[in-house]
Amino acid sequence: MNINLTLFGQSITFIFFVIFVMKYVWPPLVAALEERKAKIADGLAAAEKGKHDGELAKQRVLDTLKEAKEKAQDIINQAEKRASEIVEESKDNARVEGERILAAANAEIEQEVNRAREHLRGQVVTLAVAGAGKVLKREIDEKANDDLLQDLVAQL
Amino acid sequence: MSSEAISSADYIKHHLTNWTYGQFPEGTENAGQWGFAHTAAEAKSMGFMAIHVDTMLWSIVTGLIFIYFFSKAAKRASAGIPTGFQNFVEMIVEFIDTSVRGSFTAKNDMVAPLAMTVFIWIFLMNFMDLIPVDWIPKASEWIGMTFFGAQEHHVYMKVVPSTDPNATIGMAFSVFFLVLFYSFKNKGISGFTAELTLMPFQSNNKVVQGLFIPVNFVLEFVSLIAKPISLALRLFGNMYAGEMIFILIAIMFNAGLVMATLGGVLQLGWAIFHILIITLQAFIFMTLTIVYLDMAHSDH
Repeated sequence: MNINLTLFGQSITFIFFVIFVMKYVWPPLVAALEERKAKIADGLAAAEKGKHDGELAKQRVLDTLKEAKEKAQDIINQAEKRASEIVEESKDNARVEGERILAAANAEIEQEVNRAREHLRGQVVTLAVAGAGKVLKREIDEKANDDLLQDLVAQL
Repeated sequence: MSSEAISSADYIKHHLTNWTYGQFPEGTENAGQWGFAHTAAEAKSMGFMAIHVDTMLWSIVTGLIFIYFFSKAAKRASAGIPTGFQNFVEMIVEFIDTSVRGSFTAKNDMVAPLAMTVFIWIFLMNFMDLIPVDWIPKASEWIGMTFFGAQEHHVYMKVVPSTDPNATIGMAFSVFFLVLFYSFKNKGISGFTAELTLMPFQSNNKVVQGLFIPVNFVLEFVSLIAKPISLALRLFGNMYAGEMIFILIAIMFNAGLVMATLGGVLQLGWAIFHILIITLQAFIFMTLTIVYLDMAHSDH
């Protein structure tokens, strides 16, 4: 338990170790710890951001889906409306066309009937005249009775 | 054990004597020469011009162990995932960093490395206490007698540096020197002098204040000096007492089977308890170092 030069020896050793630790041991360790701390903080922030982004994306997907559904419904509605319209239109068209064709056919029939009547009348007249002529040939002069005949024709 | 039986008192005394290298005093046969002391009395007679080789040896060995492992860890330190020893070192760094941040408010890059050196080095020096008291001394005695022709019982080896007051006072004075240095640096000579003379008694009356100065100085000077002394003696006292108990328990090993068994149990119990003490003392030394340096940096 003597106090002696060991005291200084110990002080010098102590100072040497402190300087060594200060220069070569402490700074790299603390730097590594700080770096890791920063890295972890960044990672956590990135995770948080990713989570947030994910939620946003999910929300967007839902919105888009909803929108698409609405649009599809609209399109279907429109198509149905249009289809019924087309059907109606076609029905109308068909009716009009049918009527037109019917009218044309009726007119033609009328025409044909008239023509046939005219023709028949002419032939009947001719036939009557011929008949009458044959009857009258012997009784009256053709020329003398022309007025009478004409009158008859007009009456038919 | 040995060919010539030695008494318990001699055994204790032998264990408490350092391996001393120094200058032989006047009036002895080798007066003026330097050499190893062969007896405790011779070591004592050397006075101040001597050095405790064992204290220096073991403190440097423990210090180098500390430096070696921690610089290895520092070299491999990266922001990646730490494993094994790396993890352990980082845990200690984190712990010391927290302690320093908690107690030290100023900015000084030297305090944290200083605190770590104090903590780990003192812990390792204290840890030498847990090695059974006879192992290293007996091994050194064998080496001394076999290779260097030393006489039996003249080889001294005290393996716990912190049971040598020189070691603890040396460290405490280094810390004290830093405290003084930073006090002067941060407060100036006038500020530091004012701190020593104008507190704790103060008066608005100039004459009374003048009378207070010597009183204040005595009080403040004592409290200033008490810092390194208490720092050194607290560590020394605790470790010395612990070492002494280990030595006393070791004496039981020569006193029959029953006593030896009891001694074994006691040694185990004390060693387990001592783990707490060596860590606590290292921690106290570190914390007080930080606190004293913080006081040296703060202005009031």
